[in-house]
Amino acid sequence: MSTPSSLSRTDAAATTTNPKFNRRVIGNLLLGLVLIAVPFWLPLVGGYTDLASRVLIYALAAMGLNLLLGFTGGLSFGHAAYFGLGAYGVGLMLKYETHNIFIALLAGTVLGGAAAALLGPIAARRRGIYFSMITIAIGQMFYFIAVRWNSFTGGYDGLTGFSRHPVHLPGLTLPMGSLDFYYMVLICFGLGAWGLWTILNSPLGHTFVAIRENHKRLTFLGIRTQRYIAISFAISGTIAALAGGLDAMYGNFTSPNVLEYTLSGNFLIIAVLGGMRNFWGPLVGAVIFILVRDYVSSITHNWMTVIGLIFVVSVLFFPLGILGSIKDWRALISPRIREQDAP
Amino acid sequence: MSLLELQSVGRRFGALQALSNISLNVDQGELRAIIGPNGAGKTTLFNLISGFFPPTEGAIIFDGSPITAVNPAALVRRGIIRTFQITEIFLSLTVAENLRAAVETAMGLNLRPWVSRATRARIEARVAELMDIVQLTAKADRIAGELSHGDQRVVEIGIALSRAPKLLLLDEPTAGMGDEETHLMTALIRRLNKDQGITILFVEHDMAIVFGIADRITVLDNGSMLAEGNAAEIAANPRVQSAYLGNAA
Repeated sequence: MSTPSSLSRTDAAATTTNPKFNRRVIGNLLLGLVLIAVPFWLPLVGGYTDLASRVLIYALAAMGLNLLLGFTGGLSFGHAAYFGLGAYGVGLMLKYETHNIFIALLAGTVLGGAAAALLGPIAARRRGIYFSMITIAIGQMFYFIAVRWNSFTGGYDGLTGFSRHPVHLPGLTLPMGSLDFYYMVLICFGLGAWGLWTILNSPLGHTFVAIRENHKRLTFLGIRTQRYIAISFAISGTIAALAGGLDAMYGNFTSPNVLEYTLSGNFLIIAVLGGMRNFWGPLVGAVIFILVRDYVSSITHNWMTVIGLIFVVSVLFFPLGILGSIKDWRALISPRIREQDAP
Repeated sequence: MSLLELQSVGRRFGALQALSNISLNVDQGELRAIIGPNGAGKTTLFNLISGFFPPTEGAIIFDGSPITAVNPAALVRRGIIRTFQITEIFLSLTVAENLRAAVETAMGLNLRPWVSRATRARIEARVAELMDIVQLTAKADRIAGELSHGDQRVVEIGIALSRAPKLLLLDEPTAGMGDEETHLMTALIRRLNKDQGITILFVEHDMAIVFGIADRITVLDNGSMLAEGNAAEIAANPRVQSAYLGNAA
């Protein structure tokens, strides 16, 4: 056991031992290097840069959702609402207000985040299935607004007539092609992941996890858990909105599909498939989801059937998700962590 | 000096008078046992003291001020902490993570999305201190849900201690434990009382434990107080013998 004096030198990780912390940092750095190098190695294995952008956008949205789902224990079926508000926020800003993609992205993120902050407290008043039902209802509300408000949102046909404009820096102009855009997505993904990582290793994040584990215990320690579920909801929605804003720029187009509950379901599938108790689980889930969609949809329209099959098999045989199951197997091999013990 | 005072407290649920006319004083630093047959009203009494529901008659005074209509969360902040018959801990977290969440709550840090190194060191020092008090340091990195029942109850007491309780309410702390676990738990209760100076009120069925460690014993039967006194007085009380000890066998 570490003594307090040695812990004071430990950095920001929720671990009591240094080697474990170092392994996690090294792992994150390696992941960062792999992602930075994507444009160099992905074409060699038959991929293209836009595919990687899409993976990171969906991964970011699912990681945001997972703060609420996997780390706070709130099953939201309505996160497409915040993703979609981010997308429409960016699209409308670029179409009507500004050519600066950073201002547009900020506006979209703030719009989706503010909606999550305002509506989260309503859902957080209930737990379990009622919580989920409220999140669907709220989510569908935005879908119908986008469909009906034809003159402003483009209705069913979606919002067009905007594009990601080149970025002018002093002495440098970035044309914002696929490559530049990938790095912009990667920077946003990195910022979002860093933010979530920091929160999860803070007292706020520990409170979220404690709510997931036993909200009754926390209530009797003097904590109003509803308030913290609402905070988790707001942060989670903000991250989803950031991803949604990037999604609008990805194809210079957005439509009511990004607000629909089927997309909320897809984010849930991504998080559960990869491992919702795992920080990087949604990234793994997004890689599988996007690759299957990209590859199978070139063969058949029924690509969702394949995703469905993978999902069913994964839930049956890897209930902890891909990353969770890998961790579990490793724990079985190393008896220090796990011990057969009846509760 | 009395830390907790109940003045003619009663509680009615519809037509059922669960508790009536309970008057008792628990002194600062006392280790008090509440005993009585099933249905005597022991857990109801705990629920009244910890604010789960208010009494329908009488008043409860804690630390000099009335707490009759104060909610559980506010009572926690005033220093009344309880454990439950069913262990309430964070099952898939490690022992250290269980206590860390509790310590951060006790320090009022829950809203902080980040903490300084100095604060983090203070948190870890307190976690280490609590693990030392409840003697779980060796199991710091074990998942709480995989510990024995006895150790899980000890984790729960560690969580309760994070709030530096003035009054600790333990609802059947040794229920379902084997001999060795029971022995460790009673030793822990005694240590908390004598070394940490925490006033403890506990409900217990095991008479050997009650007579072995309690300073004073309150006997409930059918929702009213039957007797109060030290172990020798209770053991010699003919009313207790007929109403409780006789039937318990």
